[in-house]
Amino acid sequence: MLPDVSAERLVAIGRRMLLIRRFEERLITLFQDKVFVGHYHVYIGQEATGVPAIAQLRPDDFLFSTHRNHGHNLARGVDPKMLLAEILGRVGGMSRGKAGTLHLSDPQRGIFHTSAVVGGSMPLATGAALAGKQLGKQQVSVCLFGDGALEEGAAYEAMNLASLWKVPIIFICENNCLEAREDIPGAWHTTCLTTQRLIDIAAALGHSTAAIDGGDVGAMWSAMSQALDRVRGGEGPCFIEAATIRWPGNFGLWPELPMGLTNLAWVWGAGEGPAAYEGWFREQDPLLRYLRELQAAGIADRDTILAWDEAVRKEVDAAAQFALGSPSPEPAEARRHVFVEAGR
Amino acid sequence: MSEMTYAEAKAAALRQVLEEDERVTLIGSSFFGLSPFRRLTDSLPAEYPTRVYKIPIAELGACGCGVGAAMAGLRPIVDISTASFIFEAWPQVVNEAPHVHYMSGGRARAPVVFHVLHGLRGGGAAQHSHSPQSMLWNTPGLEIVLPASPADVKGLLISSVRSDNPTVFLDQPVLFGMRGEVPEGDAAIPLGKAEVKRAGKDVTVVATSAAVQQCLKIAAALAGEGIDVEVVDPRTLVPFDAETIYASVGKTGRLVIVDETHQSCGVASEIAARVAEEAFDALRGPIRRVCTEDVPIPFAPVLETAISPNEEKIIRAIKLAVGAA
Repeated sequence: MLPDVSAERLVAIGRRMLLIRRFEERLITLFQDKVFVGHYHVYIGQEATGVPAIAQLRPDDFLFSTHRNHGHNLARGVDPKMLLAEILGRVGGMSRGKAGTLHLSDPQRGIFHTSAVVGGSMPLATGAALAGKQLGKQQVSVCLFGDGALEEGAAYEAMNLASLWKVPIIFICENNCLEAREDIPGAWHTTCLTTQRLIDIAAALGHSTAAIDGGDVGAMWSAMSQALDRVRGGEGPCFIEAATIRWPGNFGLWPELPMGLTNLAWVWGAGEGPAAYEGWFREQDPLLRYLRELQAAGIADRDTILAWDEAVRKEVDAAAQFALGSPSPEPAEARRHVFVEAGR
Repeated sequence: MSEMTYAEAKAAALRQVLEEDERVTLIGSSFFGLSPFRRLTDSLPAEYPTRVYKIPIAELGACGCGVGAAMAGLRPIVDISTASFIFEAWPQVVNEAPHVHYMSGGRARAPVVFHVLHGLRGGGAAQHSHSPQSMLWNTPGLEIVLPASPADVKGLLISSVRSDNPTVFLDQPVLFGMRGEVPEGDAAIPLGKAEVKRAGKDVTVVATSAAVQQCLKIAAALAGEGIDVEVVDPRTLVPFDAETIYASVGKTGRLVIVDETHQSCGVASEIAARVAEEAFDALRGPIRRVCTEDVPIPFAPVLETAISPNEEKIIRAIKLAVGAA
């Protein structure tokens, strides 16, 4: 169901989801062309969680992500040019090539630091929430992580502290273990938690909880909206479990494009695709689900959606052009920013 | 100047930073462990009810919250008491805090202070006696502070809190009761300035933390035997004031390093390596290290003393260095 907001906001959400999709598809292509090195994690298939959640934040709120952070950064409005340059390890990246795919950040947008240690961001985000409480400007801290983070001790300590101190934090668990193919040789393993209801963990620690379909923009919008009211009102932490279906391109150790680039004709039931992934592109893909909802509600027709896509592709082209044109950092860059230099 | 104990000077510094900057926030507040000096700060939670957070037994969570709060605009001091417990918080202390400024390309900062009580305490045994400063020194991005006198603990604590970098502040509880002169008013001591605690011409003894006071006593005794010892206290390992040490070795030609970390890859190892690389020509004999032996810390006091950098070992090393052994 669509969120109960203006058509303008609904369109902005759709376009942002599309930008994430095209950005990540381009990234996979660039990696396959050996343009950058290192392991990387894409957000395809989880756009319906991060985008409606992050769209409701104030500019001065704090946001914490994980190793799978490209989508969260784009949802927060970080410049795709600098993001891509950083992923490629170029000097034009926001961290001048010292962070890479795992640690994308934008302090001006409240993304101070991205820990790629599973669970690592949860204490950090709780501390930012403590600052939010203390600074008295009703800033909220939002922490997104996967189901694996709950296997770490840091999660327990952070969630307990958040409750004890009643700090304004929303923990959003993007549970992406559903339909993961553990039986495929070489496939990445998935969650190893004893409980199947992840919200039970948070509920035991006194959090207000909600479990939703992470592929449903409307469900995420509404859960986040309620959580924000609660935490901004000083009522203590919230925990949302968003169940997302793992995109088939993430079944292997490295992202792949088993269906090629997303074909928007799939929105209106046309277009061919590999039969093995019929379930994904006809029903599960959250981007296509949302575009179908917009179409059904008369907010965007085929031509409009295709026009958005063209604009988004141009934006991604421009990002790629900028990133590929940005030089590698000078070796001396490695020795800068170990410490804040002022006064030393 | 006024005379006070190390513990009183430290408590005064805490009150000064809380008073001067409302961003200063205490996450945990047992700055004197279980010692009787804890009464000096017992009233802090009541004095600053919205700025002192009680912590459960959650070192990892507390240190991570300190880093997060620092990034978001506060000046937190996280107190986890016994230094051995910093290992529970290791991921946040060595794998988050020192990377914030660097990985952001200079756009974010984490001005957090982690406070711990380090070292041999008499009966602490293997799990409560650590001096993790050498392990921390192997982590670029952390400032490391080791006060050794009432004036230093006050001045260095103030500067640690004012620093824009993550800082580990380690003090040795055996110092709590020592008395000394402390300047009035803003007594801040810049990080990265070593102090020659005693001038001498025969041998340089570089000592850290409580070993500074131990070496000063020994130096006074050896003066009676005609050995003139210069005692240099780096006061901070990061930033490290190598120049003061090179200058001292340039004068004496002999170097003994006394430090409570384990010998292998310890604090003394790094100082010895630097002097050997940068001031080799000034040396008139081998550098001597007096450290904690490379064994876990045993419980029985006689065993603890046996493996520690004790007085007997320090005197022997100094005499070997000056050729008086």
